[in-house]
Amino acid sequence: MQPKQTREDLRLPSEIKSAETSSQQSSLESSLESSLESFVEKPRTLAELRAGIQTGTTKAVDLAAGYFDRIARVNPRLNVYLSLTKERAMEQASAVDAVAAKGDPLAPLAGIPIGIKDVLVMKGAPATAGSKILEGYRPPYDATAVRRLEAAGAVLLGKLNCDEFAMGSSNENSAYGPVRNPVDTERVPGGSSGGSAAAVAANMAVGTLGSDTGGSIRQPASFCGVVGVLPTYGRVSRYGLIAFASSLDRVGPFAGNVRDAATLLGVIAGHDPNDATSSPAPVPDYAAESDMPAQGLRIGVPAEYFAEGLDPEVRAAIEKGIDALKASGCTVKPVSLPHTRYAVPVYYLIATAEASANLARFDGVRYGYRSPSSNTLSAMYSNSRDQGFGAEVKRRILLGTYALSAGYYDAYYLKAQQVRRILADEYLRAFAEVDAIVTPTAPSPAFKLGEKTGDPLAMYLADIYTVTASLAGICGVTVPCGTAAAKLPVGMQVLAAHLNESTAFRVARAVEAAGL
Amino acid sequence: MTAKVTVEDVKRVAELAHLELAAEETPAMLRDLNTILDYVAELNELDTAGIVPLAQVSDLLDANGKGVVRADILRPSLDRAVVMSEAPETDQAFFKVPKVIER
Repeated sequence: MQPKQTREDLRLPSEIKSAETSSQQSSLESSLESSLESFVEKPRTLAELRAGIQTGTTKAVDLAAGYFDRIARVNPRLNVYLSLTKERAMEQASAVDAVAAKGDPLAPLAGIPIGIKDVLVMKGAPATAGSKILEGYRPPYDATAVRRLEAAGAVLLGKLNCDEFAMGSSNENSAYGPVRNPVDTERVPGGSSGGSAAAVAANMAVGTLGSDTGGSIRQPASFCGVVGVLPTYGRVSRYGLIAFASSLDRVGPFAGNVRDAATLLGVIAGHDPNDATSSPAPVPDYAAESDMPAQGLRIGVPAEYFAEGLDPEVRAAIEKGIDALKASGCTVKPVSLPHTRYAVPVYYLIATAEASANLARFDGVRYGYRSPSSNTLSAMYSNSRDQGFGAEVKRRILLGTYALSAGYYDAYYLKAQQVRRILADEYLRAFAEVDAIVTPTAPSPAFKLGEKTGDPLAMYLADIYTVTASLAGICGVTVPCGTAAAKLPVGMQVLAAHLNESTAFRVARAVEAAGL
Repeated sequence: MTAKVTVEDVKRVAELAHLELAAEETPAMLRDLNTILDYVAELNELDTAGIVPLAQVSDLLDANGKGVVRADILRPSLDRAVVMSEAPETDQAFFKVPKVIER
């Protein structure tokens, strides 16, 4: 990985120049030039940053100020941050410096700049969920994951762009405009946590939080060439996460390398009385456990994830990753997951049904946007929702309401829940024979902006390799695994059984170490 | 399960969901819903008789262990004044809304 970093560092001067001049250019000129630009820059590791802060060679306030400078330069081109929490960040950074100056031991993330997907609430900071319906909303509390990061010393920089209510696979459904992929600004960063992935890829944060309901952490991590973690359902509290589909929603971290992602997960994981589905299982030291070699682990490769529709270059990259696992002493064997093709239909029925119920709360009464011109309560509800929600959110609310409505419930929602059990059982059977399963994260590298916006079904199929793990509740990690044409990143998805995050991290470390 | 969605269905479902679709939004929604429902009809191929629906993965024995249900104890919640300050229209004690019934 080292040579790559050097190459990207050398690009920095030209990138600063173009970012500075871009505001004077017409949008046509900048779009002509933009595909030649790269904003990729690898963040320093937690270990490096921590050592600097502890010894005083790096001041947390300088580090934070440096990140705000970079954000100011790069954000106009990438649209990654929706709002910044500068005051809160600088206050926290000063507190960290004071502890370091006294020589006292530092908290695990002391001074580390972190960005938060704008579906997680921070007290007093805007929380839009990428939607106009939450314009002006200032939540009165912190999400549990946010509170835990800050208690561990993290410096929270601001809120990251995403698809509206986390519904999308390209970030093009944000009411505040799409995020652009730092690798190639003509391409999407993936979604829905596009801002969280792009922020790490462009070094606009050292780590970030995202949310994953059907692939919303793993797919953008793959498209942007960073590490993204899907924790086991219940491993990280959902308290303070704006709900999309409650039986599927997870909060998880992004980072520039696997070990740092493991450290971040260790901080945010653990039981929370404010989330009734949060797991009471103790939290292991994920980072330390990720140091264990992958040698001897049994790796399953499901043929169903390498069938028709997989880009040949993505296939080739993943096959190289599998070879690297063999070389590091893993046993690779085929596993069968024959019902995989039913996962996308099951996912879109269950997720939209739950969303139609969850999004009923946005009605213009208690917080957020209220349509100003309604004479009756009923008209106020409808007008506020019609003006506040974007097209994809309305499409999913309608689909979910239809699937739950009288006469259709058994045929759609109940049927989907039955197939959900078949899919979950299939994974559990496979994990009796293997320790981890590896697949491509997405069927293609990042696609171009606008390429799939006219065809919702084509967009849904971008999630074909990620939704099954969501339905089964198992955990996984997306790790960079080489590139396709034009240096576009390819991500490998490493899946493991419930609460076996450490195994997924060990496998991901082996792929990362191969330097593909 | 292969029922074709009609314009009337879209209007009825929109009403259930408190969505006031603009006239120009309806044809595209109709087309998209039918495309998606045609696609999910694939599930009809599977015989699911006797399979217990899975609503929550915490139900799976191997997921979170048994019984993750919290005790039903009254605990303090956010202060009323803090919550009311976010409301579009309020007298500080109640949420104000347009009239509910015609007189």
